[in-house]
Amino acid sequence: MAEFVPHPELPPPASSVGVVGWMRRNLFSGWLNSLLTVVALYLVVTALPPLLNWAFFSADFVGESRDACDSGGACWVFVNARFSTFMYGFYPAAQAWRVDLIFGTLLLLMSPLFFTGFRYKLQLGGFILFVYPWIAFGLMHGGLLGLPVVETAKWGGLSLTLLLAAVGCIAALPLGVLLALGRRSTDMPVVQTMCVVFIEFWRGVPLITVLFMSSVMLPLFLPEGVSFDKLLRALIGITLFQSAYMAEVVRGGLQAIPKGQYEAADALGLGYWRKMGLIILPQALKIVIPGIVNTFIALFKDTTLVIIVGLLEILGMVQNALNDPNWLGFSTEGYVFTAFVFWIFCFSMSRYSQWLERKLHTGHKR
Amino acid sequence: MAESANAAQAPSQRTDEVMIELRGVHKWYDKFHVLRDINLTVTKGERIVVCGPSGSGKSTMIRCINRLEEHQQGQIIVDGTELTSDLKQIEHIRKEVGMVFQHFNLFPHITVLENCVLAPMWVRKMPRKEAEEIAMNYLGRVKIPDQAMKYPGQLSGGQQQRVAIARSLCMNPRIMLFDEPTSALDPEMIKEVLDVMVELAESGMTMICVTHEMGFAKTVADRVIFMDRGEIIEQNEPHEFFNNPQNERTKLFLSQILNH
Ligand SMILES: Nc1ncnc2c1ncn2[C@@H]1O[C@H](COP(=O)(O)OP(=O)(O)OP(=O)(O)O)[C@@H](O)[C@H]1O
Ligand SMILES: [Mg+2]
Repeated sequence: MAEFVPHPELPPPASSVGVVGWMRRNLFSGWLNSLLTVVALYLVVTALPPLLNWAFFSADFVGESRDACDSGGACWVFVNARFSTFMYGFYPAAQAWRVDLIFGTLLLLMSPLFFTGFRYKLQLGGFILFVYPWIAFGLMHGGLLGLPVVETAKWGGLSLTLLLAAVGCIAALPLGVLLALGRRSTDMPVVQTMCVVFIEFWRGVPLITVLFMSSVMLPLFLPEGVSFDKLLRALIGITLFQSAYMAEVVRGGLQAIPKGQYEAADALGLGYWRKMGLIILPQALKIVIPGIVNTFIALFKDTTLVIIVGLLEILGMVQNALNDPNWLGFSTEGYVFTAFVFWIFCFSMSRYSQWLERKLHTGHKR
Repeated sequence: MAESANAAQAPSQRTDEVMIELRGVHKWYDKFHVLRDINLTVTKGERIVVCGPSGSGKSTMIRCINRLEEHQQGQIIVDGTELTSDLKQIEHIRKEVGMVFQHFNLFPHITVLENCVLAPMWVRKMPRKEAEEIAMNYLGRVKIPDQAMKYPGQLSGGQQQRVAIARSLCMNPRIMLFDEPTSALDPEMIKEVLDVMVELAESGMTMICVTHEMGFAKTVADRVIFMDRGEIIEQNEPHEFFNNPQNERTKLFLSQILNH
């Protein structure tokens, strides 16, 4: 009887694995792909070195004034010198620790939320959403515990950007959910109509006009002597505007939930709010995470528009610095820096949402 | 022959207490007259099987009993409470009436155990510990206690349907409604679900079951109801119903489903 000899285990052909295999599959799989690869390579080779050269190799980083910038590249000295105004606006330098404390504490408070094992997420989340904003406002504004008052008009820079974006996101999400639920409540025509009118009104106007109206038109309607804080008006405008967008995103999620889920919840006698809160919304919101984050990112960038009402967030502060006679002509550096800051935040949000999607995906979609 | 058929039947535990009563119920979808003058009385412990051709209004009828659909004329009285547009009464009745759907409708974002404890905890305000004990007990009765920590999407169709039955039972309902619980299942899974339903029937639960499983009807039903075009055409105890149908449409229907 012939002895059984197993077929020897052979390595895969060299052309299908390793660097060569990868390049074949991804870069040169056809003549069109090969052509695109070559063109892309050419663009990278021609554009990247000068860019790196400008931004790093022949750039100046340290110095006191524009005289330090003589290497021919970017003059980061400008950003360096004005860095604190970009971060804090006109917030007094001696009080800037308050801003640091607020955002540092917030980061610290939020960090347990990212761990899976933490047990008191709901309580901590509730604290961050409903209690912390008041503490933060008290600290930022001052006037208690012997802290000197810093009026909102002095707030600015990146801290203002973050404030506008955070308040906008946190307030717009629940409002948007309510609006979306209202718009779908066919058995309450009055509520439904009100929600539709609200959403369509706010979606129909540009944010810039909303901000403009809130600062120019609103005072005309208010009685003499009553004045709203400028920042508060901008916050309300942004929140209402974003909630309309959020409502439409959430509505998309609600529509994606099969009718059977509503019926099963009804049949168990859950009632409207429990049905929505426990069954429908958790599933719907999960589906629309990309849409929600997309709206957040758009909002984050839209905060730059508050410049129209004279609030100077980071872009406003950079533009303000560019008008300084000592620093004329460094607009490229200023705008590149601003773009970089925005990119960091928006990219982080995008990565976080992808991570969240993966985490919440339990592979149980029927 | 009648005797042998009756001997195969599970012992009936019916009493005279009326659990469900439909009086002259009519329903329309827009202009389409789905239910036409439905009259039906179900007593406590009675097991009813409803059959009939597709589109005859079987689902619509049982969905009216827990108000997933609204009827426009007539009266529906469940466990002494009349169904009106009063939300309190609707929720009260839904607590007492469990429903199992063709497509299971488990909540996919929470585990099997969470599916089972959710309603008892939020509707009956039961403490979690007690709710979990009850849930594990019912999951044991439908023979899948080891799947409690899985998500519904990780189970087979038959297992999902058994979870759905357990989920309904956790609310301790007095009435169970089944809408074609086995028609979305592969043949080899139908039996495991039917076994659970037979056991439930033997425990004395009041049941209305829309199904085309005639074997199930023969073994457990106290009464079989035949519907066509929105009407109850014929009803009888199963032996008579299958061996001696009176109406021409019933005969036609039975010949179609028994000889396919
Ligand atoms: N939401 C609805 N709107 C309009 N017509 C409907 C609606 N639901 C059901 N119908 C119609 O009502 C009739 C009865 O439907 P029903 O689902 O009760 O039938 P069924 O007897 O359960 O049929 P099947 O055996 O296919 O489940 C059908 O003709 C169907 O097209
Ligand atoms: Mg049906």
